[in-house]
Amino acid sequence: MSDKPRIATVSLCGCFGCHMSLLDIDERILDLVGLVTFDRTPLTDIKRLGDCDLGLIEGGVANAENVEVLREFRRRCKVLVAFGACAVNGGVPAMRNQFRLADCLRESYCDGIGVHNPGIPNDPEIPLLLNQVHPVHEVVEIDHFLPGCPPSADAIWTFLNELLEGKPIRLPYDQLHYD
Amino acid sequence: MSKTFRLDGREIPFEAGQTIMDAVLAAGGYIPHLCHNPEFAPHGSCRVCLVAIGGRQVSACTAPASEGLEVESDSEAIQATRRAILQMLFVEGNHVCPACEKSGACQLQAVAYYTGMLAPHFTHFFPHRSVDASHPDFIIDFNRCILCELCVRASRDQDGKRVFAISGRGLDSHLAIDSPSGRLGDSSFAAGDKAAHVCPTGAILPKHRGYETPIGARLYDREPISVVGDVRAHEEEVA
Repeated sequence: MSDKPRIATVSLCGCFGCHMSLLDIDERILDLVGLVTFDRTPLTDIKRLGDCDLGLIEGGVANAENVEVLREFRRRCKVLVAFGACAVNGGVPAMRNQFRLADCLRESYCDGIGVHNPGIPNDPEIPLLLNQVHPVHEVVEIDHFLPGCPPSADAIWTFLNELLEGKPIRLPYDQLHYD
Repeated sequence: MSKTFRLDGREIPFEAGQTIMDAVLAAGGYIPHLCHNPEFAPHGSCRVCLVAIGGRQVSACTAPASEGLEVESDSEAIQATRRAILQMLFVEGNHVCPACEKSGACQLQAVAYYTGMLAPHFTHFFPHRSVDASHPDFIIDFNRCILCELCVRASRDQDGKRVFAISGRGLDSHLAIDSPSGRLGDSSFAAGDKAAHVCPTGAILPKHRGYETPIGARLYDREPISVVGDVRAHEEEVA
């Protein structure tokens, strides 16, 4: 067993842009692999979450499965990070909070332009949507926040290094962005 | 000989009648602010310019400068209070920076960067607010209004029109438009009005120019607000 810190990552109601930005650290990912062990993440395709030191949560909380996965991450991870704009404040998906859920579903699946075979999907395997999209800190306790849509690769690199070294997180001005 | 006070230990000269904010801006310093604009009477409502004098917190835009004051602005305690104020402003409206045309040239965002705000911390209100696109040249997105009253003051004091007012009380306070329909397009508002060019956020925006300057190359993408100052001074460049 390695005693390197274990990291898990997940995308809830996000676009995987934050994970793409993580991959944008380019060859530094080899350094990262030297520093940490990856647990459940879309990069490893491990399906079940183990006990981890660090969890990165991309995306807000939009459906029942997001709530379950987020709570599981909170149980398993010592330190949990809201990773990117949607996790931090709901982001673009939370713009649906302006509308009633029923109206969103009707527009998407019944009345919208180009809809064929109209009907709201109701397969029991499809997670039920919440009435509103929430930032992750409204559902579980969050230890750190890294804003950005997405956070730049450099911001992610600064953040991970300072966190792993136990230093306070200080992003240089050009790495702190909400957009 | 002019009189002086000290801002975080730095000597700041001032003249009689100047506020702490006036004197600091004139000396090339910076105290963060949203509702303040030197062209209008101080308002003291947004509270992000608060500073400590002898352990007491006051808004720098309304506190008169006086000889020998020790003013604390850039301390962690003051910045923490400012962050909390900004966090409340963020959760009270709908500020979706990735989807906002003003992002990168927005004073609310830039002041939040200045204080090191990483997240809104509080529970979001997600209020239901509208967008008024009835005017041919300008759009009003009420989701982004922080009730600074700069447009109210500009329209009343410089344009002589009184197009805007704050209506309601407490959480119901909102920007109201003086026209029979309540819509901007039916008011006397015009693109050349002062009120069209003072909004610190993306609430009052010119149409058809949204992304002339790409995201990432805008005023506060390049330099912090403490260096380049308010967005209106750079309007031609960034609008």
